[in-house]
Order: sequence, then structure tokens, then C-alpha cells
Amino acid sequence: MSQGINIYLYFSKVFTGDMFMAVGQDRPGLISRTVTYIGRRSDLIWDLLLEHLWLIIVSISIAVVVSVILGVIISYKSSLAATVLTICQIMMTIPSMAMLAFMVPFFGIGFTTGVVALILYSLLPIVRNTYTGIKEISPAVVESAVGMGMTEWRVLTKIKIPLARPVIMAGIRTATVMIVGIGAIAAYVGAGGLGELIFQGISRSHEPMIIVGAIGVSIIALAFDFVLSWGERRLAAVGKVREAKQ
Amino acid sequence: MAKTLFRWLFVPLLLIAAGIVISVYTVNNPTDSLVARALTYDSILKSLREHLWLMLVSMIGAIVVGVLVGIMLSRPKLYYLGRGVENVVNVGQTIPSLAILALFFTIIGLGFRVAVFALFLYSILPILRNTFAGIINVPDSIIESARGMGMSPFRILTLIELPLAFPIIVAGIRTAIVINVGAATLATFIAAGGLGELIVIGLSLRRDMIVLTGASLAALTAIILDYLIGQVEAKVVKWV
Amino acid sequence: MIKIENVTKKFPGMEIPAVKDLNLEIKEGDICVLVGPSGCGKTTTMKMINRIHEPTSGSIYIDGQDALKMNPIKLRLDIGYVIQEIGLFPHMTIEENVATVPNEKKWPKEKTKKKVAEMLTLVGLDPELHGKRYPSELSGGQRQRVGVARAMATDPPIMLMDEPFGAVDPITRAKLQNEFLRIQERVGKTIVFVTHDIDEAIKMGDTIAVMRDGELVQHASPNDLLSAPADEFVSSLVGRNRSIKRLHLIRIREILSDLDRPKPAKVDTSVDDIRKQLDESDIRSVMVVDRDNKLKGIIGINDLKKKTGEQAADYIQELDQSVTSDATLNDALSVMLECGEGYVAVVNEDDQYQGTITLGDLLNVVKEDE
Repeated sequence: MSQGINIYLYFSKVFTGDMFMAVGQDRPGLISRTVTYIGRRSDLIWDLLLEHLWLIIVSISIAVVVSVILGVIISYKSSLAATVLTICQIMMTIPSMAMLAFMVPFFGIGFTTGVVALILYSLLPIVRNTYTGIKEISPAVVESAVGMGMTEWRVLTKIKIPLARPVIMAGIRTATVMIVGIGAIAAYVGAGGLGELIFQGISRSHEPMIIVGAIGVSIIALAFDFVLSWGERRLAAVGKVREAKQ
Repeated sequence: MAKTLFRWLFVPLLLIAAGIVISVYTVNNPTDSLVARALTYDSILKSLREHLWLMLVSMIGAIVVGVLVGIMLSRPKLYYLGRGVENVVNVGQTIPSLAILALFFTIIGLGFRVAVFALFLYSILPILRNTFAGIINVPDSIIESARGMGMSPFRILTLIELPLAFPIIVAGIRTAIVINVGAATLATFIAAGGLGELIVIGLSLRRDMIVLTGASLAALTAIILDYLIGQVEAKVVKWV
Repeated sequence: MIKIENVTKKFPGMEIPAVKDLNLEIKEGDICVLVGPSGCGKTTTMKMINRIHEPTSGSIYIDGQDALKMNPIKLRLDIGYVIQEIGLFPHMTIEENVATVPNEKKWPKEKTKKKVAEMLTLVGLDPELHGKRYPSELSGGQRQRVGVARAMATDPPIMLMDEPFGAVDPITRAKLQNEFLRIQERVGKTIVFVTHDIDEAIKMGDTIAVMRDGELVQHASPNDLLSAPADEFVSSLVGRNRSIKRLHLIRIREILSDLDRPKPAKVDTSVDDIRKQLDESDIRSVMVVDRDNKLKGIIGINDLKKKTGEQAADYIQELDQSVTSDATLNDALSVMLECGEGYVAVVNEDDQYQGTITLGDLLNVVKEDE
């Protein structure tokens, strides 16, 4: 216990002039309290972080499979395209809190509700990008592939999807970054993750918890954005090298 | 004229009617006394009013500030600053709305004003970025021929640059509205009310009816606003 | 009208000046074409006249006034400006585009409207049909026309044109050039015209200023430029076939009066008279005109052998094409080549016979040159 107090004193000294220090209160500043909190509850934070990542990865994996298939289907049946894209667009317009709330009566409180909602949100960016990515391929390329005797399945897997990959990847990035944030909100319907720190922190007025939760989610979002945009550039670059070699 | 106006308003009116039907039905057919107490015309109207007010104030502020700052940054003297601000905006937009609200709560505290301020700052980002991008993407040849014909910089801004950037600015505002309406539903967590409050009450009372009413109204509000701004986007620009 | 004195322009961050110590004088009512390879400073020079670029040193006088001391906005309002990409405002209708400068000058609405219609008609567009459209709905050639109409809307005495016919196909381009020259004949503006195409320069220019590396190499009339290029660079620019290019410059009427040609025969001349005329003058054919001096056709010496009629009218062979005296020698040559004949008849607008040009005449012109 005395150890803890020492650490408090230490950090409050380091952060003298801490802008968050409550004036006239004999209490260490917010930053120092946050650092202490991280030190004290690192196990919990780590678990929640992994839980959050798990939620995102499960959702986005399912979403990618569903959306790419959906995108491919509507690229063949253009009569469906407008309808499907409008439905996805409306889905994305619905506030995330409302969407999660809609899920509760059907899936109850818990992980599943979160996953279903996150999948629904990921649909639009990935479906739309798969669709436009395939549609934007020059007809001459597809025609020459067909002309060389490739079956439709081969054309799809060997020509269309590889060429549309950078665009699909961009959609996946948009979706992932978005659902990291919505994943935090999903904690309210029991999906777990760093959002729990934010909600518990608010209800208990425990500021360090809120800070750790909020900054944690932000870091995850920025990290996904960074990594996936790197992957996107790599994919685009590979495409260009291939083009150049041809 | 009346006919086109009617066609314009048909979808929003239909959605508003749906909202009214849902509200009237749930208020008159509560599943139990808890629901009856939570869902009254007064409580629904209060939440809706707070919700719209929250959005209206923050959006108007964001549009004014976002467009003005965007214009300022697009001027040749501040152009390089503008490029930097664009990066900051991109990072800012990656940060989840809940995190923004939570951080503002720890810095300023609870309440309606805090929520308005957080929503305002968050909504500025896409508007500011699109205004800046829209103006600087006007082709040089167009600006040059305007200059060559003797237009003053102010006339070029108002007659050429802003009208040409208009569709992109509206797209930014549309993005901001979608973000804003989503974040407004979260405002209840920092005691700013809104339709999110019905959802939260419903979840804590474990009454699906309350949850669904709140969620439906929030969703309808979002869809109506998105539809209206989408119409503006599509109809106002005749020259593409 | 425009006097450029010792003008130098150095862009920030560039080692070499874009324009070096340039002196150029352009007379009122002349088209002065600035020509040279890309990066020679021709566009920069033009853009310094309306101060889109400010000269680093030197001075520019317009009508005796120091342009660099004038309010740039006022200066520009009185200078028509057409650039390569045309720069039509995509969000404004054609009418609104043409009305830009009148609106900047705060003309009354009625006057502007009338002027806009007049300008669109002048450049060959229908104000009713095209006025309310947006630039994206027009073809490339039509957009160029609108660009010209917009630049001339307030009748500025000076026009600056940067490759105004650059972005269209060759046929439309030739058409626009001809139309523009026709308009210029009426309005007589002082025009600075930038192009990299020497043929266009020769066709459009009253004078041509050849530039290289920011310096003026030669400023002369097209004829002088072709007959006496100042140095290797200019002669390589105008190219080997200078003689043929000169044919572009000379109009038929300029040589027609010097030619000694037999009189045309009338339709009711008897066959014998014609035969006598041909025998005497040692030529093999004669043009035939009616009483109003309108061209009817040609009679060759061989045609007369058929002996089926009494009058010239019975033997006339119609001509496929003729040229007007406004046309250039090059046009005459094209017609000859197209018809596969060594001559072409020259008529005026009312189809009245003016004379005949032969291949030999063209050779003489080219020969004088060498």
C-alpha cells in the first residue's frame, strides 16, 4: 500500500503542472493516476485488449467472406446491384447504438450480438469496393481471358479478383477502422473489449479507466489503419510491377 | 412545382409517419407498467427534441467553422498549413466517436454542452477536409482564365471556387451528418440525453419494447437526414 | 499598341530565367504569333502582358501606358484571354460563361444579353440552341468557339490567345482558324497568339516572333521569315519545304492581275471563232462564261473535233471545282491535285469568272523565292 502511495507521489511530482490536476484538491493529476491505473490493472487491460481484437478479427473475417461473395454476385447481376448497395448504405446510416439495440431482442446480451452488428456495418465498404473493383477492370482484359478459353470461374479467380484486390483491400481497411470504434460501443451490449473500461469508467466516474479505454481503442484503430494501408499500398505496388513487366 | 416538391418529400414523410406510428403504438400498447412509465409522449418527445437539438447546434457550428477554415487553408498563403491539417484530420477521423466523447467527458465533464462541443469538433473534420480538397482541386486552367478575365480573388472564390467545390463540400457534410447522428445516440452516456437514452433505459430495464422504440426513432432520424442531404447532393448540381 | 521593353522573368527557385531581356513591339490591329518549342518562354511572355505572371524586370506598355503600374484587375478586364484548356466554367451555362466579363464590368442585364447573343452568333453558335447548355454538353470545337466568344464579349482592343485551337482535331482546327481570321478581318483586334505549330503561325500571323530559351530570335512577317530566316534555328523550325509554305501566304488575287490570260469565250460564241482563238494564242483550252460573266465550264481543243454543234454551249465540259480569289495559292494547288488538272478557274462570290491559275504560275512563284 505504501508502495502505491509512493508511486502516486512520484508521478505527481513528475507531472507538476499537470493540466488535469484539480485545482485546490490534494490529489495527483490525471495522467499520473492513469499511469498508476495501467500499472495496477495491466492484466485486466491486456485481457480486454485481446477480447477487443478477437471481436474485430472474428467479425471482419466473416464480413470479408460474406461481402466479397455478395460483391461478386452483384457484379454479375447488375439488376441486384442498386438494391443491395442501397440496403447496405441504409444499414451504415443507422446509428451504431440503435443497430446494437436492434440485435439485443434477437441475440440477447453478449458476444454474438456484437459480432452480428459489426458484420452488418462492414458490409457496405467491402461489398461496394468489391463491386466497383470488378466493374472497373477494363473489358478488354476480361474479353481476352475469355477469348483464350478460360472458364468463367477461372476468369473470376485468376483475373477479376486479383485485379480488384487493392480496391477490395481499401474497403476492408475502411470497414476495420470503423468497427474498431463500434466494437467499443458493443461492450454496452456485453460484447466485451476495451469499451467496457469506458462504460464502467463513466458510470463509476473513474477517469483513468475511461482514458485507458478511449486511448486504447484509438490506438487499435490507428494501428489497424496503419497496417492495412501499408498492405493496401503493397498490393497496389505489386499490381503495378506486374503491369510494368507485361 | 408542387408535384416535384411532393416527390421530394415523399420518402421523408413516409419515414416520419412510420416514426409516429411506432411511437403511438408503443405508448398505447405497453407490455407492462415499467414500459408504460418509460414510454410516454412526453419522454419520447423530450428525447427526440434533445437529439435533434444536439445535432442541429453541433452541425451548424461544424458547417460554419469547417467551411470557413477550409476556405482559409485553401488560400495560397496557408496552403502548406492546409496539407498538414489534412493529415491531422485523417488521424482525428480514425479515432472512434465513443473515445472522443469519453475523452471530452474526462476533460470537461458531463452534460449537454460537452456533448455538443465533442460532436461539433468531430463533425468539423470531414467538412473541413472536403472544403479544402474541393477548392484546391478546381483545375488551374479555370482559375487562370478567371484571373485573366479580370476577376478579383474574392469574386473567383465566390463565383468559381465555391460553386465548383460545392458537391464535394456537400459530400463532406453528408459524412459529418452520418457520423454526427451516430455519435448523438451515444451522448446519453455523458448525460446529454437524446434518443440513446431510451435505448439505455430499455437495456437496463430489460424491456425490448423500449429498446426497439428508441432504436427505431434514432435509425429513422438518421435515414431521413441522410436521404435529404443525398437529394440536395443529387439535385442541386446540374452541370456535371 | 503593345510594347515589351527589356523584360526578364525569373521564376522563384529556377536557375535560368524563363524570359531573357525581351523586346517586342506589336502594332495595332496585328496578329503577332509567338512561336517556339515548349519551354521557350512564349506562354510566359504572353502571360506577362496581362500580369498573370509579373515580370522580374523591364516594362510593358499598352497604348503608351505602363501596364505594370495599372490595377491588374482593370488591366485584365480590357484584355481578352483564351487559354489552351479554354477554362470554361463548368458550372455555368454557355450564356453565363460568355457574360463573365460584362458582369465583372457591371453592364446592364439587357445589354449583356444582347451582346452574348451577338457574340455566340459571331462564332457560329446558335444562342437559342446552345446558350442554356453547360460546357460538358458541347463538343471540343464548340467549346473553343465559346472560349473565343467569351474573350471578345466586351470588345477588348487586345486579345491574348494561348494555343486557342490546340485541343481539337486538324479539320475542326483549320475551320476554326479560317473563321477566326474572317472575324478578325471585321474586328481588327491586336492579338498576341501563342502556338508551337509553325504552320499555324504562318497562317494566322501578321508578324511572327520566334523564341528560343527565353530569347527572341526573329520577329518578322511570315513572308520574310520564310524567305530570310535569321539563323539555323529558325530555318530548321520553318522546315525544308519553305517554298510550299509560302504558297499558304500568298492569296490568288495577289498574282492574278499580273497574269496574261486569254479572254473567256461566251456561251454563244461560234465554234469557229473559238477554234481561231485557240490556234492564234497557242493554248489548248478556253473558259466559257455566260452573259453575266458567270463561269459555265471549259472547252478543250479536242472537244471541238466532234463537230456536233454550232455554239460553244454545245461543247462545254463542267468543272468540278473552282477557287475564289481570297483563297491561297496552296488552296489552288490542292484543287489542282484533287481534280488531276494543271489549272483551276478563279471566281468571285457570285461565281463570276476572274481568271485562271495554272501549275506553271505556282512554279514561277516558288522559283522567285529560291
